[in-house]
Amino acid sequence: MEAFKEHVGLVVPLDRINVDTDQIIPKQFLKRIERTGFGEFLFNDWRYLENGDPNPEFVLNHPRYSGVSILIAGVNFGCGSSREHAPWALQQYGFKAILAPSFADIFRNNCYKNGILPIALPADVITSLSQAAHDTEGYQLMIDLEAQSVICSDGTAHTFEIGDFEKYCLLNGLDEIGWTLQYEADIAAYENR
Amino acid sequence: MKKTMYEKIWEAHLVRASADEVPILYIDTHLVHEVTSPQAFEGLRLNNRKVRRPDLTFATMDHNVPTTDRSLPITDLIAAKQMETLAQNCAEFDIPLYDIDSPEQGIVHVIGPELGITQPGTTIVCGDSHTSTHGALGALAFGIGTSEIEHVLATQCLLQQKSETFEIRIDGTLPYGVTAKDIILSIIGHIGIDGGNGAVVEYTGSAIRALSIEERMTVCNMSIEAGARAGMIAPDDATYEYIAGRRFAPKGEDFDAAVERWKELPTDDGATYDRTLQLDAADIAPQVTWGTNPGMVTDVTSRVPDPADMATTDEKRATEHALEYMDLQPGTPITDIPVDRVFIGSCTNSRISDLRAAAEVANGRKVAENVSAMVVPGSQAVKRQAEAEGLDEIFRAAGFEWREAGCSMCLGMNPDTLMPGQRCASTSNRNFEGRQGKGGRTHLVSPQMAAATAVTGHFVDIRKFQ
Repeated sequence: MEAFKEHVGLVVPLDRINVDTDQIIPKQFLKRIERTGFGEFLFNDWRYLENGDPNPEFVLNHPRYSGVSILIAGVNFGCGSSREHAPWALQQYGFKAILAPSFADIFRNNCYKNGILPIALPADVITSLSQAAHDTEGYQLMIDLEAQSVICSDGTAHTFEIGDFEKYCLLNGLDEIGWTLQYEADIAAYENR
Repeated sequence: MKKTMYEKIWEAHLVRASADEVPILYIDTHLVHEVTSPQAFEGLRLNNRKVRRPDLTFATMDHNVPTTDRSLPITDLIAAKQMETLAQNCAEFDIPLYDIDSPEQGIVHVIGPELGITQPGTTIVCGDSHTSTHGALGALAFGIGTSEIEHVLATQCLLQQKSETFEIRIDGTLPYGVTAKDIILSIIGHIGIDGGNGAVVEYTGSAIRALSIEERMTVCNMSIEAGARAGMIAPDDATYEYIAGRRFAPKGEDFDAAVERWKELPTDDGATYDRTLQLDAADIAPQVTWGTNPGMVTDVTSRVPDPADMATTDEKRATEHALEYMDLQPGTPITDIPVDRVFIGSCTNSRISDLRAAAEVANGRKVAENVSAMVVPGSQAVKRQAEAEGLDEIFRAAGFEWREAGCSMCLGMNPDTLMPGQRCASTSNRNFEGRQGKGGRTHLVSPQMAAATAVTGHFVDIRKFQ
């Protein structure tokens, strides 16, 4: 897994609450046996019209958000299906971090395994960051994982919580299976008791 | 110290738990299906790792499988490739597989309990969020992503943080026509689709105790629709009776010894939960969802809500989006909403008791003109049992299609999908946009309500249905 330390990127606001993983990557794209090729289908049913053309109303299709890497969304982002194809699609589209007031549990776990940082911030902070992204073309944020901080261009910083282990894994791009296998003796002992 | 059932199962499965590390939790049973596993097996190969315990791993094909004649070739070549990949992976890593031609094939959350694989006090994972179903037998069961599937395949363990505990207590007697599906939809309506985030729910109370094991599965199944990590119900005599004699259940003295162990599982008197909610079964009415997530639900006697009545701007906007997608007007009585399709099936409501309940309503009646209705049994075993009881004949005579087992139109990965604009009464678990087919509109209901809706062509209050 690619390590995550610091990131500066363009921000896109998605003004929706309870965005489910069926919207992030619809089921018709889950038949692949590879881990790649999902980015072009991210938010497919919102992003494209019936005839396959980009939906000009969908925020990701606005030219000003070309090259975005930070997504701001409403509460409970990533609810529903456990499909890891959702963080794969987000990551392969170019997203490095998602900011929301809250996340669904399985989705949040899946993000950590793929080098995407899910950042939960208070609802009023999310609202103001989202508003700023709407108001200011080219709006960027800096994310400093070591300091657990989202930093605005005016220097305002919002700290966020993350588990020590999740932070360690992201900072080091850790192979979690390798981590667990170092305790193989403990696993064997458990199995034999 | 007094402990909850979750805490007992959690502690019994800790391989390693030191204060400054994330706990390592042992997994007793790993269920695998074709859609979320191929990348996990590929990861094992790339890292030259093996499956640690193929004997604790069980695979089936359910999400992609066609529900039409199994003797015909599969026309969706990409789906066929995914199934073939699972077969190859199971052969390579020596994992038992109930494939599309197996008499035991079925939805992974139907066959687990059916085969006696699901047992009280065990930890069960699967790359599917509805793994919470298995909690109905007193297991700690939850859905995981593909990276975690790979982790469990390689180590038989997961790195897991402990969840909060959430007791949802339902006392009283369910009114006539109100089912397990209505209980869980009503709960989700109360706490919202993120109301269980971060928690393992234990369902308690006399109304839960009175449910059959299959009904308990329906309740636990949709725990994830409230965001809960897992849902569980303490085992009791009904649980032991359900398990006895099933293929993978302990036998003879081993079974008796297992029952003695299982009797230690229920939450201790006086143990405390992090959160609690109490509902009275008598207050629950048949439920129908009107929007685009399972929390957008109301009583069948109610009306489509008005966005203007929502408490926050976010909710107002979400309701507007939902009503636009669902093509519904605020204030419309639920029973005035007509449907084009009816789907009876899914890991929520495709077991024999669900089919019996739907067949009782369909018996001697006809599916309304302009409605197309289908029944998809949860497993080949359920299908055989239903056919032995003549339920297939009842459904066919009423004009329902009778299909082979699989996930089918719950998520429409196979050819069973809604066309854009079609409206469906569905016994499944998710009414997300496009879930049953791009542009399709889903209303979640119980099997009885689905059957009655098929007959009348619009939603009806099953309590008044003649």
